[in-house]
Amino acid sequence: MVTENADSLDTQVMISLRDLRVSYGEVEILHGITFEVKHGETLVILGGSGSGKSTLLRTLVGLEKPSSGEIWIKGKNIAAISDPEMDEIRKKIGMSFQGGALFGSMSVGENVGLPLREHTKLEDSTIEIMVRLKLEQVGLEGFEYYMPSQLSGGMKKRAAVARALAMDPQILFFDEPSAGLDPIIAAGIDQLILELKQAFRMTIIVVTHELASAYLIADRMVLIDKGRVVAMGTTAEMRASTQPRVRQFLDRVPEPEVADELDYLQMLTQRRRL
Amino acid sequence: MQFVSQIGGSVTNGLAYVGSLASLGGRAAYYTFVGPFQGKPLRLQRAVSQAMDVGVRALPILSLITFFIGLILALQSAYELRRFGAMNYVATAVAISMSRELGPLITAIVVIGRSGSAFAAEIGTMKVTEEIDALETMAISPIRFLVTPKFLAMIVMLPCLTIWANAMGILGGSLFGVAQADFTFVRYIQASLDSLFLRDITTGLVKSVMFGITITAVGCQEGLATGAGAEQVGRSTTRAVVMSIFLVVLVDLVFTGLFFFVSGS
Repeated sequence: MVTENADSLDTQVMISLRDLRVSYGEVEILHGITFEVKHGETLVILGGSGSGKSTLLRTLVGLEKPSSGEIWIKGKNIAAISDPEMDEIRKKIGMSFQGGALFGSMSVGENVGLPLREHTKLEDSTIEIMVRLKLEQVGLEGFEYYMPSQLSGGMKKRAAVARALAMDPQILFFDEPSAGLDPIIAAGIDQLILELKQAFRMTIIVVTHELASAYLIADRMVLIDKGRVVAMGTTAEMRASTQPRVRQFLDRVPEPEVADELDYLQMLTQRRRL
Repeated sequence: MQFVSQIGGSVTNGLAYVGSLASLGGRAAYYTFVGPFQGKPLRLQRAVSQAMDVGVRALPILSLITFFIGLILALQSAYELRRFGAMNYVATAVAISMSRELGPLITAIVVIGRSGSAFAAEIGTMKVTEEIDALETMAISPIRFLVTPKFLAMIVMLPCLTIWANAMGILGGSLFGVAQADFTFVRYIQASLDSLFLRDITTGLVKSVMFGITITAVGCQEGLATGAGAEQVGRSTTRAVVMSIFLVVLVDLVFTGLFFFVSGS
């Protein structure tokens, strides 16, 4: 398989964020995020716990409303869009949730076929075939009659990816694809993401804090800290970055230990200013 | 002053809560009556299976409870009627209080315990495991997908259960009537039927439909309002039960008052 480098990718912009701000009540979580994702590109959004990366992802798929700013997906600003229009966009995106979010009352096959049954007028037999194809793509052939509770963590994630792929989306979102999986299973999921990227030239956005997986799958990375973009660039650029916050995250340096009260106070006030 | 502002605050919150219930009910009504004509079909199959859960599976426990309630009513009214030598009115007392009030109310309370709580727990768990979010990202309305079938099931099943409850209550009363008040079984049933007017039953059924709407709205609303974390599901479930019981009694009062003052029945 040929790995494409960033230069040969289409330059068409798929997603574009402009000064995106999101608040929960009074508290602003994201303080003005701006970046672009090109067609066929895999962007990894990196960040620690509480950095706002999950909020960013939820906003991108329309689960949270931004307080200001613009999110352009396929030429539409989803920050100011009607519900029916948003639904049209949603049919073209797929989302794989952290825990899979499969419906426990339905079999794996019914889960994967649900978007097809809801949004298309396809015959049941056709849907069955498509479900089998999607499950095959994620390496779960023959599991359509299993219930989600009978699957292991890794298989649940694969099934969730199959469901996200059901409508042949152009953009695929992943929330913490390797969270809660052992390294071997997690590597399998990374491999799956790479295969999807190469086979379908999908635009893929992954939110994670797993560096190993980020290095493997990313064309470009965005590092988010405390609701702001700290650094952005290709994998190579990020590796070479000398920015202290980037180095700290990439080299897994723990927060400096607090020596005395004065230092602690200083650290707190500095944080506030950041 | 602080006291007054606290009262004001809770009244506003209460109204906001009722508003959110009404909005949920309104959206469910939209997906029931308008949605099917816009290519968003009803999930009738799901509604039927919900109706099985809400209605048919509640029959054993509901029968037992209302049978006992009927028996208790007979005992309690006999206590007073005996002093006037009017034991033959036991049948009337049981039939009327069951079908006008206790049938619908006890049914509602059993259904709250079995299904109102289950709705909140089901939807709450789905909220916590991001299944509700997953529905939304798939452009499937959680209201249409989850809430509307529950409304349909409740609105159909609660009146049915209420009629059953009335019958079981009368049956319970007949046990006392036959054993202690010189009725034969057939005469007791006859006396019960004679004492009932159609409006006694219909007012009870109208109330039971309103109870069904209330219980579903509260159960689903609490489920959808569940925060993050498994312990929140327990909290939602408890709240759903407490709020449903309170609101059902309130709705009962309003409708009983309406029937009394407006139509004199």
